[in-house]
Order: sequence, then structure tokens, then C-alpha cells
Amino acid sequence: MRNKSEENGMGGQIQEAGAERARIPVLKTYKIYVDGKFPRTESGRYFQFKSPAGGWSANLCECSRKDFRDAVTAARGAFAKWSKATPFNRGQILYRVAEMLEGRKAQFVEELLHQGLTRAQAESEVAASVDRLVYYAGWTDKFQQVFSAVNPVASSYFNFSVLEPTGVVAVLAPEESSLLGLVSCVAPVIAGGNSCVVLASSRLPLCAVTLGEVLNSSDVPGGVVNILTGFRKELLAQFSSHMDVNGVLYCGDSAEEIRKVQTDAALNVKRVSLQPEQDWAKAEAQGPYPILAFQEVKTTWHPIGN
Amino acid sequence: MKTKKSLAKEEAAPRLNFKTSWTYQPALESTAPARIAGRYELFIGGKFVAPAGGKYFPTINPATESKLSEVAEAGEKDVDQAVRAARAAKEGAWGRMPAKERGKYLFRIARMIQERSRELVVTETLDGGKPIRESRMVDIPLAANHFFYYAGWADKLEYAFPARRARPVGVAGQIIPWNFPLLMAAWKIAPALAAGNTVVLKPAETTPLSALKLAEIIQEADLPPGVVNVITGAGATGAALVAHPGIDKVAFTGSTEVGKNIQKAIAGSGKRCTLELGGKSAHIIFEDAALDQAVEGIVDGIFFNQGHVCCAGSRLFVQESVAKQVIRRLRDRMETLIVGDPLDKNTDIGAINSKPQLEKIESYVKAGLAEGASCYQPECALPKKGYFHRPVLFTDVAQSHRVSQEEIFGPVLAIQTFRTIEEVVEKANNTPYGLAGGVWSDKGAKVFSVTSQLRAGVVWANTYNKFDPTSPFGGYKESGLGREGGLHGLAPYLELS
Repeated sequence: MRNKSEENGMGGQIQEAGAERARIPVLKTYKIYVDGKFPRTESGRYFQFKSPAGGWSANLCECSRKDFRDAVTAARGAFAKWSKATPFNRGQILYRVAEMLEGRKAQFVEELLHQGLTRAQAESEVAASVDRLVYYAGWTDKFQQVFSAVNPVASSYFNFSVLEPTGVVAVLAPEESSLLGLVSCVAPVIAGGNSCVVLASSRLPLCAVTLGEVLNSSDVPGGVVNILTGFRKELLAQFSSHMDVNGVLYCGDSAEEIRKVQTDAALNVKRVSLQPEQDWAKAEAQGPYPILAFQEVKTTWHPIGN
Repeated sequence: MKTKKSLAKEEAAPRLNFKTSWTYQPALESTAPARIAGRYELFIGGKFVAPAGGKYFPTINPATESKLSEVAEAGEKDVDQAVRAARAAKEGAWGRMPAKERGKYLFRIARMIQERSRELVVTETLDGGKPIRESRMVDIPLAANHFFYYAGWADKLEYAFPARRARPVGVAGQIIPWNFPLLMAAWKIAPALAAGNTVVLKPAETTPLSALKLAEIIQEADLPPGVVNVITGAGATGAALVAHPGIDKVAFTGSTEVGKNIQKAIAGSGKRCTLELGGKSAHIIFEDAALDQAVEGIVDGIFFNQGHVCCAGSRLFVQESVAKQVIRRLRDRMETLIVGDPLDKNTDIGAINSKPQLEKIESYVKAGLAEGASCYQPECALPKKGYFHRPVLFTDVAQSHRVSQEEIFGPVLAIQTFRTIEEVVEKANNTPYGLAGGVWSDKGAKVFSVTSQLRAGVVWANTYNKFDPTSPFGGYKESGLGREGGLHGLAPYLELS
């Protein structure tokens, strides 16, 4: 049975039967977020999340490789438009995500409590996540200026190098930081104009699903971020070997997984970025360099006459 | 813009007969300045040393099939010695050297390449088969310029990456191809050294001589021993270098197939890598382009260096309305191309680099015909000895044909037509590669619309195959990882913290 404790998903209360009937809370079904919609896994499989404190549980989608392929199709479809959106527009949308997250703080705090954080930890993690989104919202129209170049070639050409997004990025989100880690990984990827398919933390999956709802109400076009739940063990090989994925962001410390990701990446020369499990609240966890991890440099030559 | 009438007239005009016009007297460069020794050893720890296995392999002149010299074959032991020497230099003299002094060594190398340029030019043409005009105008000066450019970066690295401390990665294992031997060596060595790394360089087995001459220059320039090591050999030597636990980074230029093998081989090792791989670049001609200039660009795009160019414009897309004229002018222009002795200053297309490469090109031409494409070749005479191939045009080509999908690395152009921008962008991007592209149009907005939609790392507008040390080069998708040249070419050789 779900939500037996006093503190359920919506912060409501269930009173003992027999007393005058309190309102029965409406429980949330934790689904996945693909192509701007909230389907269940095509596999029909689920796994149960149990609060470490006990007394609260939820059923989550145990996504399959087919779900991943569908999500890549969605991400590829969304890439064309998102990569051409103006940096200003992407900044506005990321800021909008921050606004929506701020407004739904309480829900994320509750979920983080279910995932075992203290209230103080949970509140600070949500606040840091909002701030991180604002931070990257501000980078969208600046990293190009800082990291592109006009190249003074020794011939009659105007030569410049600009950054363009890599494409579809598969994100294996941090296992240990279900919201701040997730936001810290996804925000720079989409700030740079990529689309992505994310595998949420298998152990702490709740916030990722709810973040999908935030993204969906924030003008982020459907398909730009796709969030799956399930098991890394099963899906890692799909994330790293899919031939229409251009980059992999791997979060974690497993040497075996890193070797697997890097080996599979060679199938189509994927760009691989590694992020260890870390304290995502620290200032060094953010910056323009995570954006650059999935940017391509395009150099254009144009004659200027003699 | 030409009127329809004048275009029709052009099509109806009689074919030009190039066979009756004047011919050029041979203008051969002397081979004496090359000063090629009978045998070359490995350059390890500042000295030329014999290979542990005692084996040597010949390097031949592909234009004559005669042996130029013999070169040491580095085995695992030699690779190990070279990596150790590089490590010792990194931990020792080079690592401790103030950045501005490091830079001065690079300036010195640049100058000495200039001083010995004639020797290097002739060597490059003898060993690789490229026309002497190209060695002299492109390869050697650009190699010198590359050192000169990166020399200046050595003591300015703190300005390159905001809010990060830049430190050298360590020892770089560098493997280079045979199409631009000295230039590729410069592309690899110059940024690595400027950033404070030491290197082990493996030149291609068919073109080792200019890199060995560069080793002489480095010795003469008095670089600390072990900063640059040059080991010669074939694929096995390269594989041993990639696998060596003592290197921190691999830099490779070559085929996508080998690049993928390298990426796989170093998976999980913590080694970093940059890959500059193959391409099948789209060259797009719009109806409003200056067509005569575009034809020159097409010729330069695909026949430069016999088409042994990773960024060659090997897929030509011509807007339907001008396709007939462009193909006609292109054929006429091809009739005037001189295929022959690379040492001749008049030669446009030199020798194919090796026999296997010639066979590969021939097999692709057969495949193109078998798949139903129409083939055109000028009737120029070929030298009796040596590896030569006439330039080839394929028309009636489909997207699915091997000649429009696979990298041939030879003077073979596959031509398709298109009607709209949308169509040509779709076709151009429909490839696993993403190295380069070219766009010809007199309309600025159209040019930039297309260049910004091409998924490729280098795009030339109304020109093709231009290179510069300040200009980052490298591919999207399966054409590679990372950039070489310019500020962006420094990043792969630095640890940012």
C-alpha cells in the first residue's frame, strides 16, 4: 500500500477509517517524460521506490530499450528547432524552468524527504537547483561570446569559429543527487542547444519525474528533455551504443561502466563527458565548461577581397 | 547573371579541343636539395638510435616506384623507450622550463623549417608524390607557420581559458597520416609543446622522411632530449603507442575506421584523445554563383593533393538550373589538368601515395560504374611507371551509391543535383561524416544560411581547401573529436582546473 504514513506525496493526511471521512488525497502516478508527454513504459514493467524511513512508496516505470529508442527519436526531432532557437529564447525558457521549480518547491522538498534527506537538506537542495537553472539561463547568450573566435588568418578571408550544439546527448544522471545533480547535468546540455535523453537515478527517482512536469509547464519544447526511470545496469549499453546519439554525459564512479560507455562511444565517435559523484552544491560544479562539453566548433571562411 | 539564351548558346558551342594547343616544357625540380640519407634511425631521447629489433623497411617514391631510403621499424621496446624518454623530459628539463623559453624553442623550430624549406619541399614530394607546387606553396610554409603561431601561445596560456588554471596533460602519443606528412607533424607537435607536453610522434609508414628531417631540426635546435621523439613503423607501432600505459593523451589523424579502434582501445584508460578522421564533404554550387570561380573551387576541392585530403569536397551538389554548364566547364577544366611527375612545377595532379591506395581508388571507380553512375575522365597521358590515376567525375549518382557515401581519398568526384536549399542541406548532411563543406553563391544571406545549417566543422564560402594555423580544424559526428589549430587547438593539450 502506498502513502500509509501521515506524510504522503501531497503533504496531506490520511485519517483512520471510521472517523468522519477526511478527503482522500489524489496520489500521483510517477510516469516518464518523453516528447513532451507523460507515457508509461511500453514494457508495462514497474519497480517500487520505498522511502528509507518506511511507510511510503511509489511505483515507477522500469523503462526498456524501446522506451530509450523512442526517446532518442523524440530528442532528434526536437533538436532541429531547439538548436536553432535564439540563445536569448533558450535563456528565457531556462529562467522559466527556474520560476516553475521555485513555485513547486514544497513538492520537491516532500520528495526529497521521502528519499531520505532532512528538511533542511531538502530545502537547500531545491533552492540550489533553482539557482543553478538561473545560472545557466544567464549563460545561454554569453558562452558564445566568450568562447568563439575571429581567427586572423594570413590571407584575404574573414575567418570565424562559432560553437554549435553537438546534437542528442544521452545523460546518465547522478545516482546520489536526484535533483541538484540532475539539474546540474541537464541544464548546461540544453542551455547549449542540445536535446537529451536522461536516465534518472535508479535509487532516487522521484524528483526526476516531477522535474519533467516542471519542464513541461515551462515552454521547454517537447522532446528537448526526455526523462526515463529504470535501471542503469539494463540501460547503460543502450545509452552508450545508440547510433543516433552524439554524446554521452556519464555521472558516476564505476570504472566498469566508464569503460563500457567509452568503448561503445567509439561506434559512432560519440563525445563522452565524465562527471564523478560529487557535492553538486559547490561553486565549482557550475560554469561554462559543462556547456562546452557538448559544443562543436564550426569554422567558416569567407572571402573579403584584396 | 547570364540570360537563358546565352546559357543555351554556351551549351550548344562546339567542344574545345585541348589536344592541339601548346604544351608545357618539363620544368623539373632537382632532387639534390632533398639530401636523403640511405638509412634513418629512430629519434628517441634526443638521439638517432637503431631499433631494438634491427628491422628496417623501405620508403619508396610513388612516382617512380624506386626506393628512396630505408627507415627503422619501431617495435614495442622502442615505443617503450620513446615514451620513457618523453616522460623523463616532461618530469625534467621541459617541465621545469619557464613558458617563455619553451616558446623560444618553438620559434626556433619554425625558423629552421623555413631555412631548410627547399630540402623539405623536395623530400615531401619525393616521399609522398604530391606536386612540388603544393609542397612549396602549402605544406612546408604552413608547417613553419604552425610552429610560429603556437610558439607565441606558450607563455600566454592563462589568457586562453577564463577562470581555469591550464596545465599540460603530460605525454602525448601522436599518429599522423601520409597525405600532409610534415604539416600534420606540425599540427600535432606545435600545440602539444606550446602547452608544455612532450610527445612521441609516429609518422605514416609510406611518408616518414619529412618527420625524420624535422627530428634533425629539433635536434639541431637543441631541444632538451626526449621532448620530441619520432618513431617510425606501420600500424603495429601505432597500436603499441596507443596501448602504452605511459601516455596521457592520443592525437590521431587518419581514417575513421582506425580512429574508432583507437577510441575503443583507450576506453576506460583515462587517456584523453583527439581524433581527426575521414570525411565526405559536400561542395554546393548555387545557380547564382560565379561559375568559373566555382569550377576552380571544385577542382581545388577534389583534385588538390590527388584528393588525398580528409576535407576534400568529394560530393558535389550543383543546382539543377546550372548543372549542365557547371559539369561542362568542369570537364573542360579537367582536360587542362596535368597529371604526372610530381617534381614538375607544371604538374597539377601528382602520384597516388601508394599502391594499395591506388588499388582502393580503382576499386571505387569500378564500384561506381557497377552501381550505375556515369564516369568521365580526361584523356591525359599517364607516366609509364609509378602510381597515377586520372581525375574522375561521376554523374547520375544516387545518395545511396558507395561513391557518394564512402571516403575514397582520391581524385574522384561524385556529382548530384538539387533544386532547393532545403533539399541540398538535407542531402549534404545525410552522412555519418561532418568534417567540411563548401558553398558557392553571390547572395550573402544564402551563403550564411547554408553554412550555418551544414553539420560540419569547417565550411568554406566561395572558396575551398584553405588552411591557416589560427583557424580551428576538425569534424562533427564521425569525422572526429576536438580541434586542431587556433586557440581551440590548445584545449586538447591542457588539463583545466
